[in-house]
Amino acid sequence: MAAPLRQVTVFGALAQRSRPRFDLLQAVPALTLALFLAPVAAGLLGTLLPAFGFLPALGGSALGLESWRRLLLAPELPAALRLTLTSGLLASIASVALVVVFCATAHKTPLFRALERLLAPLLAVPHAAVAIGLAFLLAPSGWLVRLLSPWATGWTTPPDLATVQDPLGLALAVGLVVKEVPYLLLMILAAADQVEVKESLAIARSLGYGPATGWLKAVLPRIYPQIRLPIYAVIAYSLSVVDMALLLAPATPPPLAPLLLRWFNDPDFVMHFAAAAGAILQLLIVAGVIMLWRAAETMIARLGRRWIAGGGRGSSLRTTRLAVVGTMLLLVALAVAALLANALWSVSERWRYPAVLPTEWTLDRWRHHAGELGALLGTTAGLAAAAALAALALTLGCLENEQRHGLHVSNRGLWLVYTPLLVPQMSFLFGLQVLLVSIGLDGTWIGLAWSHLLFVLPYVFLSLGDPFRRLDERYARSARCLGASPGRVFWRIKVPMLRRPVLAAFAVGFAVSAGQYLPTLFAGAGRFATLTTEAVGLSAGADRRVIGLYALVQAALPLLPFVAVLLLPARRGARA
Amino acid sequence: MKRLLVLLLLATVIVAQPASADSTKLDWVKILASARGQTVYFNAWGGSERINDYIAWVGDHVASDYGITLKQVKLADTADAVARVLAEKTAGKSSGGSVDLIWINGENFAAMKAQGLLFGPFAEVLPNDRLVDTAGKPTTRVDFTVPTEGLEAPWGMAQIVFLYDTARVLRPPHSMAEFLAWAKAHPGRFTYPAPPDFTGSTFLKQALYGLVGDREALQRPATDETFATLTAPLWQWLDQLHPLLWRSGRTFPQDDQAQRQLLDDGEIDISLSFNPGEASSAIAQGLLPATVRTYVLDGGTIGNTHFVAIPFNANAKEAAMVVANFLLSPEAQLHKQDPAVWGDPTVLAMDKLAADDRAKFASLPLGPATLSPAELGPALLEPHPSWMTRLEAEWRRRYAK
Repeated sequence: MAAPLRQVTVFGALAQRSRPRFDLLQAVPALTLALFLAPVAAGLLGTLLPAFGFLPALGGSALGLESWRRLLLAPELPAALRLTLTSGLLASIASVALVVVFCATAHKTPLFRALERLLAPLLAVPHAAVAIGLAFLLAPSGWLVRLLSPWATGWTTPPDLATVQDPLGLALAVGLVVKEVPYLLLMILAAADQVEVKESLAIARSLGYGPATGWLKAVLPRIYPQIRLPIYAVIAYSLSVVDMALLLAPATPPPLAPLLLRWFNDPDFVMHFAAAAGAILQLLIVAGVIMLWRAAETMIARLGRRWIAGGGRGSSLRTTRLAVVGTMLLLVALAVAALLANALWSVSERWRYPAVLPTEWTLDRWRHHAGELGALLGTTAGLAAAAALAALALTLGCLENEQRHGLHVSNRGLWLVYTPLLVPQMSFLFGLQVLLVSIGLDGTWIGLAWSHLLFVLPYVFLSLGDPFRRLDERYARSARCLGASPGRVFWRIKVPMLRRPVLAAFAVGFAVSAGQYLPTLFAGAGRFATLTTEAVGLSAGADRRVIGLYALVQAALPLLPFVAVLLLPARRGARA
Repeated sequence: MKRLLVLLLLATVIVAQPASADSTKLDWVKILASARGQTVYFNAWGGSERINDYIAWVGDHVASDYGITLKQVKLADTADAVARVLAEKTAGKSSGGSVDLIWINGENFAAMKAQGLLFGPFAEVLPNDRLVDTAGKPTTRVDFTVPTEGLEAPWGMAQIVFLYDTARVLRPPHSMAEFLAWAKAHPGRFTYPAPPDFTGSTFLKQALYGLVGDREALQRPATDETFATLTAPLWQWLDQLHPLLWRSGRTFPQDDQAQRQLLDDGEIDISLSFNPGEASSAIAQGLLPATVRTYVLDGGTIGNTHFVAIPFNANAKEAAMVVANFLLSPEAQLHKQDPAVWGDPTVLAMDKLAADDRAKFASLPLGPATLSPAELGPALLEPHPSWMTRLEAEWRRRYAK
């Protein structure tokens, strides 16, 4: 491995303070770092202290291990841990395996391209919207059973089967896979643009390798390092998901994350301490599983090298391809059916088992909520745009700084960007809120946009980093030769040429912000109602018709920027 | 840190003074004057369109009558607001807090009261408080056996009723013994919300009432000994019942709303609710079939009251009090009890009302599935809170694994 001459992190420019002239651009990485790590640090501190018994507002002023004792003796803990691990690991492994095998066996087929286009919008749909629809789809009184009942099944009343909220967490795993596969697929596609896939495959083919074997042997080893962090984010998310788990996982006991939420919300404040300890435990679990995954990577890489060196040319893997393509189609079908179910519920008055379609229809709910929806859309879109724009500005600033000063990026920099995704949300929101309250920013636009930025920036950075670094240097060099200043080159050459990836990054950031529930609730101090807070609030009433309506609107809003990107013509030179 | 705590305590004392027990009615004029122009952030469970609409109706009235802007913060869980007040206290924010009024009762109230997170006493200062039926509805002054001491103002009444679909069930079980027999005949068709959901916990207490010999003993604090003896039949009963429940008792619905949906889906045949008007309201909203009816158990069911409270650091305390007072007005209580609006029973005493108000209450329709006060019968008192805490802990230990 050839180490770069001087390996510096994205934020490594911090160390380069010796330059005499103050350069605003150079302050961007430091600003990003401060904006980023201060709240995470505050949040972690706000969890660590109560985890060891320190929370003066509740009379906890002595450090001790009582919180841990309470946590470890909780009767729900073993089952909650098992549920978290089975559903989280299953979802992570299945998502990665599906995407890798799909890319290996089906790449560059027309079907691949069609699925790619179908899956991209799925990325924008909030997890909760998918989960709400899936819960109805899979329930024993749900849509799938209704399609077959009672004529085929004989079930005049719904069967007593745990098809959702099952004890193993399979329904939750399915929900996670539906959402994680599009994300990983897009990450692989982005990474694939950076290595010469076509050339490698051509050489592999000329050496007699089958297309799938060629991909696995010549392409995957070079792509994997670039999708490693996204995979870790998927693992962390799957192990700490709350909203999907509330809808698809069992409630007694629930997985760890919803259990901790319940304890945080317990009227008996003693449970706050156990919940804080639990949040640390969850962080440790995420870290542990990622380390295990890393170890497995090394092992598979070792075996893989032997396999590659073995020189087997491989068979066509036709059946595998069929199975994987079938599974991918099934996932798309599930997601589409889930969204369709939400849409149908929003216009139904009565829709009971075993009716396949609503028996009474109405537009009342749309009429009733039309006024509110306008205001909610405004707040949600304004907030999402602010957070996404801020993230875009910081990302572009960091990237431009990195390029102008010839800094190389190591994975360590990316790790920092990823922190908020790797740390469970719950564990630092309380501390974050205490920070915001003490500096008087809670319940303000700035405080709220800031809290969203924590989750938006990582995704924006990931979406934009590679296209930015990939832009052909010669454009900028030619412009410089013609006398343009670096600033002019940035604004007149780079940004216009990167219009599509910049907008795509904005769209991703927008979608992430629009889906935030807990940060909005905690940092917004109840002053800001968004589509998501309203949807979650209303979902407490278990009225599928209202929930369906909000889930639908919630899914539609983040789609708009994505559609805008798709409609935008591609420019030459900017391979998005 | 100590200094901060002292400051916090001082601030609480100072803040609490304007509405201390000495406050006279004269103060109300001042309160009304300060309230004008204030904005009240009412943190209330937002799961019901009808309740949200009712709160919006209240907002229209306090805006035109008192110049107050009322904004509902729709919560999925009251505890979210409690946690926010707690975070503000942790950060030392003892005034200008984000929560002005909170819909609350039971354990959340007990916890906020114990942690000094509430403002007051203020309830007795409200002019409409004298209309409250404190004699006939003692739970308006004692919330889950914790004395309210003016730290919360009553808003509505609650009593456990069971819901069943007459199209499917001819005679629903009326006692705990009958429940077991019914479940044996109809396995998988009944369940209850998982404690510590308050409806679920109340079901446990209700079952305990039905199985225990000495009901009086439940009013006294539970000891290790009394708890072990008195609850033994309950665990025996639950051990037999659980395998006969929905999903064989391995998982439970999250709350009464989720269970209502199971009833409408036909996954179960019997549900329960803390609002006697819930079934009628749900039928009118198209959330339950028109054939659903309610009933209470032989020997009565547990009842209580739900309240509104003001956090210690609320930003608009005066306006919050004016809103709490409006919520207690005959006009607002009447509108709330209308089954076409919400169907939530009033906390007011009929004999304390003016004759025309009384007549209006009398002429309110009940709703197709709501029991009359006579059919509902007197509410059973909550057991001493120590029973609930222990019941929940023991239930977790036995069944939440």
